[in-house]
Amino acid sequence: MQVREMTCIRCPLGCALKAVTEEDGNITVTGNTCNRGADYARNELTNPRRMVTSTVRIKGRKGQMVPVKTAEDIPKGKIMECMEALRQVEVALPVKIGDVLVKDIAGTGVDIVATNHAE
Amino acid sequence: MRQVDIAIVGGGPAGLAAAVAAVTAGTPDVLILERDNKLGGILNQCIHNGFGLHTFQEELTGPEYAARFIDMAKELQIPYELDTMVLSIASGEEGRKVLTLMNRRDGLFYVEAKAVILAMGCRERPRGALNIPGYRPAGIYCAGTAQRYVNMEGRMPGREVVILGSGDIGLIMARRMTLEGAKVKVVAELMPYSGGLKRNIVQCLDDYGIPLKLSHTVVDIDGKDRVRGVTLAQVDENLKPVSGTEEYISCDTLLLSCGLIPENELSTGLGVALNRVTGGPFVNESLETNVSGVFACGNVLHVHDLVDYVSEEAKKAGEKAAAYVQKSGGQAASQDMTNMSKIAAEVSVTAKDGVRYTVPSTIRPGCMDDAQIIRFRVGQVYRNAHVSVYFDDKRVMKLKKPVLAPGEMEQVKIKKADILAQEGLSTITIKIEA
Amino acid sequence: MTDVIIIGAGVSGAAIARELSRYERKVLVLDKESDVCEGTSKANSGIVHAGHDAVPGTLKARLNVEGNRMMETLSRELDFPFKRNGSLVVSFEEEGRKGLSELLERGRKNGVEGLCIVGPDKIKELEPDISGDVKAALYAPTGGIVCPFGLTIALAENACENGVEFKLDTTVEKIEKLPVSGDESGKGGFLYRVCTDKGCFEAPVVINAAGVYADVLHNMVSEKKLHITARRGEYCLLDRAVGNLVSHTIFQLPTKMGKGILVTPTVHGNLLLGPTAEDIEDREATCTTGEGMAKVLEKAAKSLKALPVKSVITSFAGLRAHEDGGDFVIEEAKDAPGFIDVAGIESPGLTCAPAIGVYVAQLLQGIRPAALKKDFKAVRKGIPSMSLATDEEKQRLIKENPAYANVICRCEQVTEGEILAAIHRPLGAVTLDGIKRRTRAGMGRCQAGFCAPKTVEILARELSVDMDRITKSGKESGFLTGYNKGYAESREAFVSMGKREEAQA
Repeated sequence: MQVREMTCIRCPLGCALKAVTEEDGNITVTGNTCNRGADYARNELTNPRRMVTSTVRIKGRKGQMVPVKTAEDIPKGKIMECMEALRQVEVALPVKIGDVLVKDIAGTGVDIVATNHAE
Repeated sequence: MRQVDIAIVGGGPAGLAAAVAAVTAGTPDVLILERDNKLGGILNQCIHNGFGLHTFQEELTGPEYAARFIDMAKELQIPYELDTMVLSIASGEEGRKVLTLMNRRDGLFYVEAKAVILAMGCRERPRGALNIPGYRPAGIYCAGTAQRYVNMEGRMPGREVVILGSGDIGLIMARRMTLEGAKVKVVAELMPYSGGLKRNIVQCLDDYGIPLKLSHTVVDIDGKDRVRGVTLAQVDENLKPVSGTEEYISCDTLLLSCGLIPENELSTGLGVALNRVTGGPFVNESLETNVSGVFACGNVLHVHDLVDYVSEEAKKAGEKAAAYVQKSGGQAASQDMTNMSKIAAEVSVTAKDGVRYTVPSTIRPGCMDDAQIIRFRVGQVYRNAHVSVYFDDKRVMKLKKPVLAPGEMEQVKIKKADILAQEGLSTITIKIEA
Repeated sequence: MTDVIIIGAGVSGAAIARELSRYERKVLVLDKESDVCEGTSKANSGIVHAGHDAVPGTLKARLNVEGNRMMETLSRELDFPFKRNGSLVVSFEEEGRKGLSELLERGRKNGVEGLCIVGPDKIKELEPDISGDVKAALYAPTGGIVCPFGLTIALAENACENGVEFKLDTTVEKIEKLPVSGDESGKGGFLYRVCTDKGCFEAPVVINAAGVYADVLHNMVSEKKLHITARRGEYCLLDRAVGNLVSHTIFQLPTKMGKGILVTPTVHGNLLLGPTAEDIEDREATCTTGEGMAKVLEKAAKSLKALPVKSVITSFAGLRAHEDGGDFVIEEAKDAPGFIDVAGIESPGLTCAPAIGVYVAQLLQGIRPAALKKDFKAVRKGIPSMSLATDEEKQRLIKENPAYANVICRCEQVTEGEILAAIHRPLGAVTLDGIKRRTRAGMGRCQAGFCAPKTVEILARELSVDMDRITKSGKESGFLTGYNKGYAESREAFVSMGKREEAQA
């Protein structure tokens, strides 16, 4: 039996979670206020994922950026690779919120989408 | 002179939500005055996620959250002026307010409003106000300034970073700078607890192995031209540096995330009374200040932890300002006192025993909604404590809280029916009890 | 060929440059910093002393009273902020009356007008918020306050407009005394070769106004050595919200327990506390210290009923150049004809500066007379201040240039128009500090948090350089370290940062 305590980051409540992994691999979570907390704890033990938010450059607009995010969480281990890939990206205007700017970032199967308008 | 019903100073999350609410409540003649070149305020540079879970039941980034409200404002065709600075607000005739403004298009001009909603937000506490000794080189930034550089302009304010203060912007910037290739060496926090949200410590520091040193502060800044390093030291229970604990850390950048201060210069110019604890105006249940017809919401009122609460608060300010304009055309709102002769016209709300302040600080039962949210912050970390509400000497509520922390805003909800049921009520007290 | 080289563009150098620019002389000013007013002149009390401190008969005493008298006219001529707010030297003990009387007597001998000793009632009337512990005070109605940057920059700009050349970012490394006509004895006079990191400059006259380094330069050409000690003074500046706590400058009468700390309003309405006095070895050590700041706050608190400690918006330290002899050294070096020292200019140096300028100009007339210029422009117009302007003036300025409607610094309400004016004038600002001292952008309670990015952007645009090149105060004080994405410059910045670290290691 393995016990891990963690703080849920699903929402700003920041519940103090306790995840117990039984011998059979079964995980029980306590301390969560909602189901998302239980999901979070299970994911942290098996496949921790994070949303990445960053910016990309705009073609011909030195020093102007468009904010972006991964459309879904990506594996934690892929974050720096994702950032490296974003470094190379330059987008053409106009950009609208939700536009897919990069497909399948860093082989995660997750797209990069714009989080603000730019024109 | 241009005349409007409601002038809203600030086009950030508070101003936008207040404007949308006022128009929706039937007062379309509002005007948003924004000093930056776009609406959205500080959210434009808060590109991280974590916004909107309460308001929209989904997790948005700052710009996305702002865009929702900007879209609503545009849908309602709410007029706004960008790149426009409000220089001062003065009392005019018949309770109206006269705003002096300036922008490139119109030069110096004036707007007369029946009501004003203050939504100017806050600013960061700078190095000078922290009394950190040492040199004054380049490379010392408030975390929000660094955030603007990195996120809006794609510039790096530095490469090797020490962060003083564990406020949320500092934590967010620790991650952000790391992602962009900087080395964040340590986050030092004067207090024995973090000033930021727990989740930000996990996802911004722990995820990247950035150490958080509680009860530590910067006691010296080295470098005549550009920061070359800082000296950290542990502090004792009186927050005084403990000699012998000094540690030199080389870095080219010191980011400060040591608290936010509501920006109330315009308010005080108008005679608005401020609460020394929050730095924001004293307000009643309608978020109206001591100056009739002047309302306040968002971080200019008190610094919030979540923008969702700002929107909720601002919505109320917008509605109440609309009601003020509609009811009286500029005159003070009259209370609905039917069958309320035994109830005081005004009940004071006070903070005690661990509660630092409350918003609002007074409630007029005759003007309140069916339920009133009272927001507050605590002065230290409490575990397994209770938030108690007293109506004069009588405890009417005792809520168990596993954790209470200064970094997080708390709230209790008071029902109008309960207040009306308490004859002769003069004071509502919020306190922390074991 | 240059007639006069002035080393040091502080308030003394600038005042001398301005006075010399009245004459037909070719004058060159050198300074190691990227702007004028970067040394002692930028970090002091900003006080125009009445003149009761200096020992009668000294140069300090004479120039203090003269400088004080000149300041008002000069402030109108050169358009810098000055206010004759009067000063009080307060004593917390009855015995202090003796000390006050001595000061009064000294002041009278020095020619200070209007001095009188006042009791608690009059003190309360003059300063309602002063501490009840004050027993007596010396009141000096001629005391005043001035903006030290405003004064220095105005003098330098006016000198520049009148033909004086300024070479900044130029560090003097060596001065050679070359006999004219090959006669080693120097009977034919000397020519001085001033070698800097930007090349050598020659002139028959050198004026050494190098502040805490004046002894170093003097000793390069003279066998009669000078010795200067850097004396650090730390200050705390408080928010304008509490600037009206006192209207006079409040000095504390020195006692056995040491020299007091002053409390004064500034010309811009802040409250200033300081300075400490600490002799130090390192002549670059303009850092504040925990002990120093604590001492300033603790001692200043004595003068007031309540000191609003929480209103501190910044703190800073300056170095005063104390010469062993105790008085100003303003003379031609005995064994180096043509080499004029202006050394040991510690307090009341700022007050004295206008008089020092005239004094040195006359000294030089005695050595190498020159004719007065016919087209000398005595009047200089400062940068208009939108925050002080009336609504009509504001309208007019905005009509002239809409940039005057674009507020950049919120705290001090400084507009883009003012920043542009600061950049595009004689000796215009090239750094963030340069903008700050000329316009007050970034001087307010947020200390440039909001406006620095915008000011950096404007500077870069107007000077046609990348934002990475913009510094806080010259040299290596860059604000930014490249782009965060894959620009070539970003990699370069990385490389150059790395190199700098290697060099330091």
